[in-house]
Amino acid sequence: MTPAGARIGRTNLQRFLGGYGQEIVVLLSIVTLFVVVGAVNPRFMAENNINSIFAGNAYIAVAAIGMSMIIMAGHIDVSVGALIGVIATIAGTLAVAGYPVWIAWTVPIVFSMVLNAGVGALVAYTRIPSIVVTLGMLSILKGGLISATGGAWISDLPPGFMLAQMRPFGIPSAVYFMAGLTAAAAFFMRYTDFGRAVYAVGGNMEAARAAGIDPQRTVIGVFALHGLFAGIAGILFATQLQVIQSTVPPNLELTVITASVIGGVSILGGTGTVIGSTLAAILFACIGSALIFLNVSAYWLRAVLGLLILATVLADMARRRRAA
Amino acid sequence: MTAARLLRHETILLVLTIMALAVLASLSDKFFTAENLLNQGRLMSEVGLVALAMTFVIVTGGIDLSVGSILGLTAILLGVFWKNVGLPLPLAMFAALACGTFAGWANGFIITRFSVPPLIATLATLALYRGLAEGISEARSVRGYPEWFFFFGQGEVLGVPLQLWLLGIATVIAAVILGLTPFGRATYAIGANETAARFSGIRVNATKLWIYAAAGFLSGLAAIVFVSRVTTTRSDMGTGLELDVITGVVLGGTSIFGGRGTIVGTILGLILIQALKNGLALSGVKGDGTIVVIGLVLIGAILIGALFDRNRGG
Repeated sequence: MTPAGARIGRTNLQRFLGGYGQEIVVLLSIVTLFVVVGAVNPRFMAENNINSIFAGNAYIAVAAIGMSMIIMAGHIDVSVGALIGVIATIAGTLAVAGYPVWIAWTVPIVFSMVLNAGVGALVAYTRIPSIVVTLGMLSILKGGLISATGGAWISDLPPGFMLAQMRPFGIPSAVYFMAGLTAAAAFFMRYTDFGRAVYAVGGNMEAARAAGIDPQRTVIGVFALHGLFAGIAGILFATQLQVIQSTVPPNLELTVITASVIGGVSILGGTGTVIGSTLAAILFACIGSALIFLNVSAYWLRAVLGLLILATVLADMARRRRAA
Repeated sequence: MTAARLLRHETILLVLTIMALAVLASLSDKFFTAENLLNQGRLMSEVGLVALAMTFVIVTGGIDLSVGSILGLTAILLGVFWKNVGLPLPLAMFAALACGTFAGWANGFIITRFSVPPLIATLATLALYRGLAEGISEARSVRGYPEWFFFFGQGEVLGVPLQLWLLGIATVIAAVILGLTPFGRATYAIGANETAARFSGIRVNATKLWIYAAAGFLSGLAAIVFVSRVTTTRSDMGTGLELDVITGVVLGGTSIFGGRGTIVGTILGLILIQALKNGLALSGVKGDGTIVVIGLVLIGAILIGALFDRNRGG
């Protein structure tokens, strides 16, 4: 599945480590971060903080799962931030209007899947690059959202609606979603025909066609799946605070894309895993929180994050060059 | 590739633009006044300057997501060099522009030296440059610029806003370089087939470095015009600029895969967007509604282009 994994003459462990190189780098970064920052400021390791790191950013990780699939298939979606804003607003509006909670949760998710399947069909059949179509969608969703709501916040949400705030067995439910969906998606991508078709289409469209895969159907399917994950991310986002701001979270699409890429998904398509993107989303959240606990001025947060992204990318390129 | 083939998208776009202008003019009698049109040109200039460089970037098959952050960083540095460091304002402008150019050059360096895909490299520097702007400024704005400085963003020469002159001159230069010089042909060659270009003896890396540095320079220039127009410096200036710029360039017919595109197309794309924004606003559509229309026009225009391509069997 990855170039390194296909090599002959390595032990199983080496092959395993080679296949998950980037994931292991990200995981080790997270562990190192916890050890170092925890030693400097033990409050970083407090249950409260760890809960807020994981639960507060789970929706980014969930959205990054779908984005990773899109990028593996050789496409991209720059409208996901706006979509999450729209989903959250629809869900909140339905909940406040008195619809049953399960309708407020599922209708926006179905909407998101149908909409993205449409985007996928446009991309698959007209051969317009996905970055162009989703750039257009970004404008449409963002403009549509602000026109429809006038920027008003949604409050007085019913308590039963707050999915992300529920805590079965003392752990925030958002964490269950993040872990469960990552595991399910990883399994799905690795062991089902459809998952392998996604890698094949992203790796080499013509070869995939020759191998009997229908690239159009695969692209539409992967966009619909991305819609599912974006939909769930939108619901988690909508239900984690007491109000929904009914605006587009700024730069969210970039955060999601960056998590996928740092997690080892090649922007050229064909390689990567969803486990890596979830780990990368957690890493970002940890870095953001760690900088606060290390008393780095909040103004410098983004610069440090940018520097770390750049360092990770350069290290990844160096590693790939050695492997090649 | 013949000129006719290259210009086909531009022709569709020209027809679309004229249609839009005609409809908008009939909807509001305030639209087709010299004052309104010149004012719209003023608002278009910052995006326009950056879009010229972005056309080159996308023609090489690359992309630069960091232009909005470079604009913000240059704006902040201008304020810091002048107010905190105490440089004379002309020198501060020069130094800030140099930093913006360097930021763009650094993008090119990361992309060419380490073979990082442009989307990823500039995604990282988007965060880095904006972060530097936030860190350096600590959310403090700089005001109180001398009166003469406002000339760049508010002044007029022969009745035309200064930044429109800047945009006009830059457009001519960019069109000549891309259309008529060996450098322009190298740009197309890199986008069409980078490996082939390399083997044809084209200095691929040097060409790209120049182009990304130019993107930094023009983003910096746009920053100075922006600061002069709004009379203050803030670290969030230019947020989201990259998407406006890319929309204009792509609407102008530049292929996102590289190898195809013209400066004329980019300018037409920008005029269409600005005309829609303004015309719809005058007709009573709220600002956010116009964003929806721009999204629809972007997808529609590219769709029409793709259908034409298919009919030709291309």
